[in-house]
Parts: sequence; structure tokens; C-alpha cells
Amino acid sequence: MITFDRVNKVFGFEGREVHAVKDVSLTIHQGEIFGIVGFSGAGKSTLLRLVNQLERPTSGKVIVNGLEISSISQQELRKLRRRIGMIFQSFNLFNSRTVYGNVAYPLKLAKKSKKEVDDRVKELLRFVGLEDKAGQYPEQLSGGQKQRVGIARALATSPEILICDEATSALDPETTEEILHLLKKVNEEYNITILLITHEMNVVRRICDRMAVMEKGQVIEQGSVYEIFTNPKSKTAKNFVSSLLNDKLSPKLLERIRRDHSGRIYRVIFTRDNSSEPILSLVAQKYQIVFSILYGSIHEFQDRLFGNLIVEFRGSDVEVDRVVEELKTMVEVREVTEHES
Amino acid sequence: MRVDWVTFWPRILEATGETITMVIFTLVFSSMIGIAMGLLFFVTRKGNILENKFIFSFLNILVNIVRPIPFIILLVALSPLTRAVMGTTIGTAAAVFPMTIAACFAVARIVENNLVSIDPGIIEAAQAMGASPLRIIFGVLIPEALGPLILGLTFVTVGLVDFSAMAGTVGGGGLGDLAMSYGYQRFDTSVMIVTVVILILLVQIAQFVGNFLSRVFLRR
Ligand SMILES: Nc1ncnc2c1ncn2[C@@H]1O[C@H](COP(=O)(O)OP(=O)(O)OP(=O)(O)O)[C@@H](O)[C@H]1O
Ligand SMILES: [Mg+2]
Repeated sequence: MITFDRVNKVFGFEGREVHAVKDVSLTIHQGEIFGIVGFSGAGKSTLLRLVNQLERPTSGKVIVNGLEISSISQQELRKLRRRIGMIFQSFNLFNSRTVYGNVAYPLKLAKKSKKEVDDRVKELLRFVGLEDKAGQYPEQLSGGQKQRVGIARALATSPEILICDEATSALDPETTEEILHLLKKVNEEYNITILLITHEMNVVRRICDRMAVMEKGQVIEQGSVYEIFTNPKSKTAKNFVSSLLNDKLSPKLLERIRRDHSGRIYRVIFTRDNSSEPILSLVAQKYQIVFSILYGSIHEFQDRLFGNLIVEFRGSDVEVDRVVEELKTMVEVREVTEHES
Repeated sequence: MRVDWVTFWPRILEATGETITMVIFTLVFSSMIGIAMGLLFFVTRKGNILENKFIFSFLNILVNIVRPIPFIILLVALSPLTRAVMGTTIGTAAAVFPMTIAACFAVARIVENNLVSIDPGIIEAAQAMGASPLRIIFGVLIPEALGPLILGLTFVTVGLVDFSAMAGTVGGGGLGDLAMSYGYQRFDTSVMIVTVVILILLVQIAQFVGNFLSRVFLRR
């Protein structure tokens, strides 16, 4: 468990001050995957680095596994750091060591015996699927393979927490999926709490349970991934969500839809409980009107579906009104106007 | 006046031995001191693992004072100190002292430059694993910089052959001494040519060994 209690971090910089983390209070529970999104410079990395004291807070408390970490000694800190694995956007592997050597290094720091090191390294390389690369050097690996080594190395000392700074941002979409899958597996098989930061909403959607949105050093929104995706409150959260849902209708597209479709156009939003039922067809059948789906998407978050569709209803005004009335008792329905966001 | 080559060859051999001795001893001592200085220089830098303004400034000033002094002048300027430390200013052993002083500053700079080019993220990764500063120095900084470091030391070695010739002229012995006293002062071109050829060979061998070792450590 990680708790931030009114944490501030101010960088003094030749007279200029940067308030990188501003009054952040946040709790990450044991065993969950927590994601923090925000634009570049929002303070995500700084917040993450406070967890293992790569940065010290200017004020406030960071509590990791019950320890208030700014008050502990250097030696205790080094011990604590072995319980917190960290992976990086640029992997940060030791170029002078083989894959095996990289994974073995934290175990050697922890003064494990040769046999223990060997067993653990082999187990981890098997876990990340790189048994056959043990003798290679990082420069001989692809980005995805490098990150697998990074993950194996971070897990070497069996940490309870894994922190990830943009772990997939340097990877292509396919490799990103693989690494996210691996992180999920880390979380499930070893029950490791994962705190990750990213500017890619897709990462959060794929693996996180809860999330927070950061802007200008502050946490402006937090909640379950489902809550924030289906009902974002801040402008920044809305931007992030629509970057992924692709649910914004551009004026140009709307114009074209209007030209080709004479019926009335509505946005229909399905949430947790009803997105798997054939509501649209049932209601349309009941009132004998025709509908067609013009645009939109259906997404899965944490095993629940979320649909956001642009639908045209064709029929007399009275009939369409009745259909809309009935639909409104089950799902969210809004008429599409020219300036909708 | 010509030398008698039958009796002169052993002198050449002896002088070559002296030059090699001077270079190797100086290389060993100056590497030890210079690497330590370079590491200290790097880790005490602002924002680094053992940030220490006092030590950093002290080293910085020292390096900036000693480095620009031409070796031949340093050699003379250091002679009282050389006498105090080595007991004499004459001979191969005595020459090693000023050569070491001059070379260790060059080594310190080379070491520092190579360390600066290590990705800070790698050092941070080691910190995040709970590595102590000492473990980072020996387990990360030195291995990561070793390849280019060996090339740097090779460069210094070649420079040391040059230093040894200069040290030779003020009583250090070796090939430089020989070239000066026979080749230059007595106008014996053959001695000059032989010593120059031997010096070139020595430099080539040093460069070859250095390249080979750095390739082993860079794995390229
Ligand atoms: N060591 C430092 N010294 C001074 N300012 C810093 C330092 N580290 C970060 N900052 C500043 O703090 C702010 C937040 O930086 P941070 O790296 O946490 O952002 P971020 O959200 O991770 O951005 P990105 O997505 O680009 O990585 C920025 O304005 C940055 O310039
Ligand atoms: Mg960042």
C-alpha cells in the first residue's frame, strides 16, 4: 500500500521554482493496478519517484507499506528499495552486463548465494519468456525484449510494489500489448501492487483498476477506471477519454451524416448493466420504426462494456419521440446538435 | 664522432628497458590515482550520488591549475618535491614521480569524461534497486565506462612515451636521454634513427594492446 498525504514537491531552479507536485493525497491499495495519466510536465514522474525516494518530498508524507519513508535512514531506505521494483521508459539496462547479469545484479546487492541467484534468475527469465537470451547483451535485444529484462530485473528481489514510468511509451502498439499483458500477469501471479504513469489512455484502460488524472502537479480526478471513462468530470479527463473512445463527432463528419441521413440523430450511451442487451432492436420493433447505427464504439473496461453510439431513427416525429422516451428509461439518450463536443 | 654499434646495442637495450619501466610504472600509479580522482570528481558533482561541493571545487581547482602547465616546466618545478619523496632527481625511478603527477590529472579528466557519458538513468536504476554509492561505483560506473576508459588510458600511455623522453633529458635515462645525448648533441644520426624507430614501435604496441583490450570490454 502506498499513501501520499498532502505531498508537495518544489524544485528550486536558479531562483525559479517549479511546483512539480502540488498537495497530492492519494492511496494505492495492496494488490491493485493504479494508473496515473496526465500530459507532459504534469508531474507524474516526480510523483512516482517520491515512492522510492529518488526525490524527497518538500512537504507532506509518503507512506509505503506502513513506513513513512522520508524519516528513515539511508540503510533502511536501501532495504526498502529492494521491496519496490522500478521499470523505465528507456529500460535503463546495464550495457556492460548480459541479460542474466542484469537480472542477477539486484540479487547480488541483496547478498544472495550463487545458487539462489542462479535459481531466481532462471525462474524470472522463464517468467518473462527470455530463457534463450540469458547470455546476450542489451544492445542485441529489441525494445520489447529489453523491457522484459527490465521487468525481470525489477522483480528479482520479490518486491511487493512495482512502479512503472512510461514503461510502454517507447514501444510499438503490438509490443505494448505484450508488455501490458505481462504486467497484468505480474499483478495476478505474484499479487504485486502496480503503480504506473502514462500519457496513453489505452494503457490505463487495458490493465488498471483505478486511476487518477494529474494536471499541473495536482490530482484533479480519481476513481475507478470505469467511472472515469464513462463519466469524466474535468476537461482534461474528458480529453483523455475521448482520445481513446474516439466518440467526438467532428463538425465535418456531422455535416456529412446529415447530408446522407434524413432521420433524427441521437447519441445513445450504454453503461454497465445494459450494454449487452438488444435494447435498440427491441424498442424499434415495438414502435415499428427503422434505426441505423452511424458511428461510435463499444469498449470493455474491467470486464464491463461501455457503448457510445450515434444512431439515426427514421419514422414520424411522434413515433421517434415515443421511442426516445422509452429508451431514456434504460439508457442515456441525447439528440445530436451542431455544436456538441 | 660515431658510436661503436657492437658495444652500443646493450645501451640501446638498457635504455629501452628504462623507457618501458618509466611508462609502465607511471601508467600503473597514475591510473590508480587518476581513476580515483576522476571517480571522486564525478560522484561529488552537483546532483550526483555523493554530491559534495567542497571536494568537487577543490579537485576542480587543482586540475585547472596543474593541467595547463607544460610537462617540461612541471618537471623542473616539481624537482624539490621529487627529491623529498624519492631521495633523488636523477634516474628512472625519480622520473616516475613527476610523470605520475602530470599523468594522473590527464587520467582524472578522461575518467570523468567517460563517466559523464553514462546514461544517468542507469545510475538511477541501480539506486532504485537499493545499491549503495560504493556498489554503484564498482558495480555500475566502472564496468559501464571500461571500454572507452581503456582507450583513454591507451591515449595516455602514448603520451607517457613522450613524457619519458622529456624526463630522460633531465636525468631520467631511457631512449629520450640516449637520443638527446648521442643523436642530438653528438650528431650521430644512426642513434637518432634507431631510437626513433624503437619509440615508434613501442607506441604501436601500446596502441595495439589498448585497442585489443577495449574491444574485449566493448564487445565490438
Ligand atoms: N530535477 C528537476 N529539477 C527541476 N525541475 C524538475 C526536475 N524534475 C522535474 N522538474 C519539473 O517538474 C515538472 C514535472 O515534471 P515531471 O517529469 O514529473 O512531469 P511528467 O508528468 O512526468 O512529464 P512527462 O510526461 O514529460 O514525463 C516539470 O515542469 C519539470 O520541468
Ligand atoms: Mg515523466
